[in-house]
Amino acid sequence: MQIGTLVELLGGKIIVGEQYSDKKIDFAFSSDLMSDVLAFVSEHAQDCVLLTGLTNNQVIRTAEMLDLSAIVFVRGKCPPMEVVELAEENDMVLISTPHTLYATSGILYGQGLEGVPL
Amino acid sequence: MSKALEMDRASAVMAYDYDVMKEDFAHAGSASSDIKKKCREIGLDKEIIRRIAVMTYEAEINIVIHSEGGVITVMLMSDRIEIWAVDKGPGIEDVELAMTAGYSTAKTSAREMGFGAGMGLPNMKKCCDEFVIESAKGESTRIKMVIRL
Ligand SMILES: Nc1ncnc2c1ncn2[C@@H]1O[C@H](COP(=O)(O)OP(=O)(O)OP(=O)(O)O)[C@@H](O)[C@H]1O
Ligand SMILES: [Mg+2]
Repeated sequence: MQIGTLVELLGGKIIVGEQYSDKKIDFAFSSDLMSDVLAFVSEHAQDCVLLTGLTNNQVIRTAEMLDLSAIVFVRGKCPPMEVVELAEENDMVLISTPHTLYATSGILYGQGLEGVPL
Repeated sequence: MSKALEMDRASAVMAYDYDVMKEDFAHAGSASSDIKKKCREIGLDKEIIRRIAVMTYEAEINIVIHSEGGVITVMLMSDRIEIWAVDKGPGIEDVELAMTAGYSTAKTSAREMGFGAGMGLPNMKKCCDEFVIESAKGESTRIKMVIRL
């Protein structure tokens, strides 16, 4: 699924990284626990989008360690400026959606975006 | 406690030390970020870089959230990379319990940042080829992680 399509499906907006909206992703992972992300996303990180309710810089650091390049913040959250800047430095796409984590996951899953294989 | 773990700095082709401060969430992860960049510069394999990044970051965060502060050392040797995480205490009373997936004593401040799944130590162990942890109540925690090249 293209990032642009994902943004449309989620009624969301791109906070930063508009230039990567053509990029294709194959998997998604929903979590507010960074160690779970680090443990389970690894091999598929480059083709994976992270869905989360956290907006602090450790989310970006976690994504950076894994080369994970797309993050969706749920419940209309938008991270603070310094967090956006850190993401920009790391060539990431940040997206905000008004939906909850549950609904966001459901919408994308319903459209065929799979969870990361464990 | 006898120090079974001895750092062999003399064998290192390159060695870098990073101070990691207690509860410094603003900078937590910057040591790991820098180490990852250095690994890229020396042209390591992508998958190896990812393993190093994950275990270094987990170690760095543990120093930030559980310890009085410490140092992350990365050493490039002829046949391997060693990452050391050595802090100033307060140590771990039951190391085996701490190594159990899901066990965590993380405080609210750490949980709010997304930590406290109790997966950090198991993750570190899984990412490296050799993992040694040495700790006791009231002592420093010393972790040695080896990636063979
Ligand atoms: N450097 C340390 N100093 C003192 N205690 C530690 C240290 N590292 C780990 N611990 C103890 O071991 C427990 C398990 O650590 P681990 O990294 O596996 O999980 P966590 O840090 O609690 O959560 P997570 O890593 O999933 O965010 C910690 O909750 C803490 O009690
Ligand atoms: Mg941890």
